[in-house]
Amino acid sequence: MHELSLAENLLQIIEETATEHQLTKVKTVWLEIGKLACVEQGSLRFYFDVVTQDSIARQAKLEIIEIAGQAVCTQCNHSSLITIYYEACSHCGSYNTLKVTQGREMKIKELEAE
Amino acid sequence: MCTTCGCSIGQTRINGKTIQSTHLEKPIQFRPLKHSNIRDHTPSLPIKNNRSSETLAFGTGLVTAHAPGMSQARMIKIERDILERNNQYANENRRFLSEQNILALNLLSSPGSGKTTLLVNTIEILRNKLPITVIEGDQQTNHDAARIRETGISATQINTGKGCHLDAFMVQQALQQISPQQNSVLFIENVGNLVCPSNFDLGEAYKVVILSVTEGEDKPLKYPDMFHVADLLLLNKCDLLPYLSFDVDLAIEYAHRIHPGLPVIQISAMNGSGIQVWADWIEANRLAISSTAQYQT
Repeated sequence: MHELSLAENLLQIIEETATEHQLTKVKTVWLEIGKLACVEQGSLRFYFDVVTQDSIARQAKLEIIEIAGQAVCTQCNHSSLITIYYEACSHCGSYNTLKVTQGREMKIKELEAE
Repeated sequence: MCTTCGCSIGQTRINGKTIQSTHLEKPIQFRPLKHSNIRDHTPSLPIKNNRSSETLAFGTGLVTAHAPGMSQARMIKIERDILERNNQYANENRRFLSEQNILALNLLSSPGSGKTTLLVNTIEILRNKLPITVIEGDQQTNHDAARIRETGISATQINTGKGCHLDAFMVQQALQQISPQQNSVLFIENVGNLVCPSNFDLGEAYKVVILSVTEGEDKPLKYPDMFHVADLLLLNKCDLLPYLSFDVDLAIEYAHRIHPGLPVIQISAMNGSGIQVWADWIEANRLAISSTAQYQT
C-alpha cells in the first residue's frame, strides 16, 4: 500500500537529478530492490506510471534489479542466501539464528536520459 | 484516491488542520494508461507459483538484466535510497529528540490490538514519574487523541486522510506544534497497519510492535517486515488466553524466526498484568538515553 509514497519519492529524486544535469527526457530508471524489502514490484510499477505521467519521466521504463537476500548464522557463522526471513540456516539447519546482511535495499541506481 | 489501495495525498491533518504535504505539488490524475505504456511497463505476470499450488506468490518477478540500448542518451549514476527524504526528516527528528533528552517510542500493530487502551493504562502508571506526550496517527477521527486527553495528558492527532502510515515529516510537523518537555517520553501511536509503517523511520528510539492474542500466532510469519524491524514485542490481551486456543510459545517462536532475540513482554492492557514490566522497560530506556546524553556532553 505504501508503494505510492515510494513512487512519489522516486519521482522527486528523478526531478532533482534532471534539474542538476539539465535533462530533457528520462528514458529508463534503474532501481535496486532487495528481495526482503517490503516492496510489491507490480504495485510500484503501477504507481510509477501514474506519478510520472505528466513529468520528465513520462513513459520511462522502470528496470528493477533484484538484490538477493543474504544472512549470516550467529550459530555457525555461515552465510546463506535467503528468500524469506524465517528460513533455517542452510549450513547448520538452525532456526532463529539468521542475521540479515543484505536484501532490504530500496535504491535508485541510475538513469538513462537525454 | 488510488484505485488499488486507497492511498492518497494532500489529506494529512494535524488536530484537524491541513498540513503542507511533502509529496508532489501536482495532484495525481488517475486515468487509464495508454496502450504503449501498458506494453512497456507492465511486468510479466509476477505470479510465479513454485511453492504451493494453492498460493499465488506476487512479488517474485523476474530479475531484469541491466543492458540498456545506448543512444545519444547518457547514463547518470544516482545511488540514492528511495526513502532518502523521509530518512532526512527522521534524522532531524532524532537529533531534536536526543537534544531534548526525549525517549520516543513508535507503537505499531494491526487495528484493534489494544494500542490506545495500553497507552491509557501506561500513562496511569508513568504520569507521576515522567512527563508524557502522545502523537496519535489514524486515517480519520480524533477519537484516540480524545481518549488520551481524558487522562489529562497532551495528545496531538495526525489524520493521514487515506494514507496508510505516518511518515517522518508528519511527525516533525506535530513535534513543532506540541513542543514536548525535556526529559519526557513521547508515544507515537502509528496507523493500525502491520505492513506499511515498517518502512518509514520516524526518528524514534525504538519500534514497539503489539500483537494481541485474539489474532493468529502466525502473524509474525505473515507480516515479517514489521516483526523484523521491531525492538520489542508486547503480547497483549493475555487475560483472554483461558478462552482462546492461542499458543503463546508458538507465537514467540515465530517472532524469533523473523527476529532472533526479539524481547517479548506478555501483558493485558485490560487487567493490568505485565504493564509494570513494560513501564519499567520504558523507564530503564529513558534513563539509558539520559546517561548516553550526559556521556556525550
